Amino acid sequence: MVQLCQLTIQEAQEGLKQKEFSSVELVTSCLERIKKLNSQINAFITVCEKEALQEAGKADKIINHKSSIINHQSLFGIPIAIKDNFCTKEIKTTAASKVLEDYVPVYDATAVERLKKAGAIIIGKTNHDAWAHGSSGENSDFGPTKNPWDLECVPGGSSSGSAAAVASDMALGATGTDTGGSIRLPASFCNLVGLKPSYGRVSRYGVIAMASSLDAIGHLTKTVFDSALLLNVTAGLDGKDATCPGQPVPDYTLNIKKGVKGIKVGVPREYFVEGMDQEVKRKVKEALSQLENLGAQIVEVSLPHTKYANPAYYLIQTSEVSSNLARYDGIRYGASREKFGDEAKRRIMLGTYSLSAGYYDQYYLKAQKVRTLIKEDFDKAFALCDCLLAPVSPTLPFKLGEKTDDPLKMYLSDIFTVTANLVGIPALAIPAGFVDNSPVGIQLLGPQFSEERLFQVGFAFEQATKYYEEKPKL
Amino acid sequence: MKSAKLTKEEVKHVAKLANLTLTEAEIEKFQKQLSAVLGYVEILSQVQTAGVEPTSQVTGLENVLREDKADSCLSQTEALSGAKNQTKGLFKTKAILK
Repeated sequence: MVQLCQLTIQEAQEGLKQKEFSSVELVTSCLERIKKLNSQINAFITVCEKEALQEAGKADKIINHKSSIINHQSLFGIPIAIKDNFCTKEIKTTAASKVLEDYVPVYDATAVERLKKAGAIIIGKTNHDAWAHGSSGENSDFGPTKNPWDLECVPGGSSSGSAAAVASDMALGATGTDTGGSIRLPASFCNLVGLKPSYGRVSRYGVIAMASSLDAIGHLTKTVFDSALLLNVTAGLDGKDATCPGQPVPDYTLNIKKGVKGIKVGVPREYFVEGMDQEVKRKVKEALSQLENLGAQIVEVSLPHTKYANPAYYLIQTSEVSSNLARYDGIRYGASREKFGDEAKRRIMLGTYSLSAGYYDQYYLKAQKVRTLIKEDFDKAFALCDCLLAPVSPTLPFKLGEKTDDPLKMYLSDIFTVTANLVGIPALAIPAGFVDNSPVGIQLLGPQFSEERLFQVGFAFEQATKYYEEKPKL
Repeated sequence: MKSAKLTKEEVKHVAKLANLTLTEAEIEKFQKQLSAVLGYVEILSQVQTAGVEPTSQVTGLENVLREDKADSCLSQTEALSGAKNQTKGLFKTKAILK
């Protein structure tokens, strides 16, 4: 018997339209799931039980009158979780840090505003690495989140709570941010679809800034179609974010079934490195065969500057972090800087050092030049193929505590994901199967604003493999 | 690139620039950890970047402007709502001038 919380957004839309169940029943199903599991998994920092049920009740009144509203507001009555670094008006927003423990914003992030305008119901704010600094969820000031597939393993970070919430059916979708892989890594560790849109595709207004030239606003969903649906809602120009190009927003769901016949999928040889888990390598190779069976052509490409990407990233990102976190002085909001956790302090100091007089040229400026060379690598590669396929993580989901004693070890989790952020291109992480019940994901990367193509390739692969039908045993 | 080992003095200097107060134990811990990361990023010195323009943003946008017209903004109450120290509708902070 399928519980309502186990539905996809697409299925829930249909069910609400046909009046098979109400929004209150749907939201209640998620809230009960949260009550049953959140104390073990710690996916949520704040649960908006009262507000969500109230909104669901209002939604039901409208659906009963005029269910066609769902055609205009695609998320009407659907419970969505919001990562706690998105400002939500009158709902506590902590960035998972003690510095903002009792901060209540007086405005909504643009992404949140758009989701609400589309009828979405905010079911709660999800846990994550504080300030989005992390790859495992273990840097949260509110306790780590567990992977629903194995409670002794990390769900990946920084969008750890969002991934755990969707993977365990506490919400039908969740927002995330991806600055160096923070949507794709947790999606990959939790058998979910994780979209990092092109830089500037979705407004960053109201999302607590980490690295302003790298942050991407995206989401985690159970299926590729759901991901396209959410991007339809959040994407597009915003007067409040001057870094959003005026690229028109297509209907990302319209041609999603196009298939991959004739599509050239590039495989970057430098992404299959020494020290990469053999099982992960095998799953990626299987995915390539699967795409070939579906009609795609596999092309080997080279991204020669790959090994410089992670070091360049950690210089650029920490420099921008040191600047963005300077505003937390406890004067206008939040607590004093003493409340910053270790990882925040580390990154602030690294960034300050890289930008300081005497070091700026050899660290920050050097990294920005290497960034140009990395971008040129991708431009050359995309001349030979329509999209790239790569692993997301060099390893399977690792155990809690496995990498926490060594910050550098943790930073190495990001080697395959940071390039998309440095270059500003979109990347879609999709499930690629399991190794001993541990989820493995792959990612599709495309030229700027090619999300439509990534959804098409992802959808074709997903429908041929149907990994989303697997659920963790909870 | 200079040697990646950070001295305790440098850690203290950086902490001061970043307005962070560190304990002696933290200074020692971060000295080790930051030195390790700086060692890791030293690989960038291998890359030939003469004549390469830095990339600071990937959109190519320049001078994104709007009409110079007053728009809606937060009310005074909203703006003060997060401040722990306030008086007479003003943010209160430590004196920096005598």
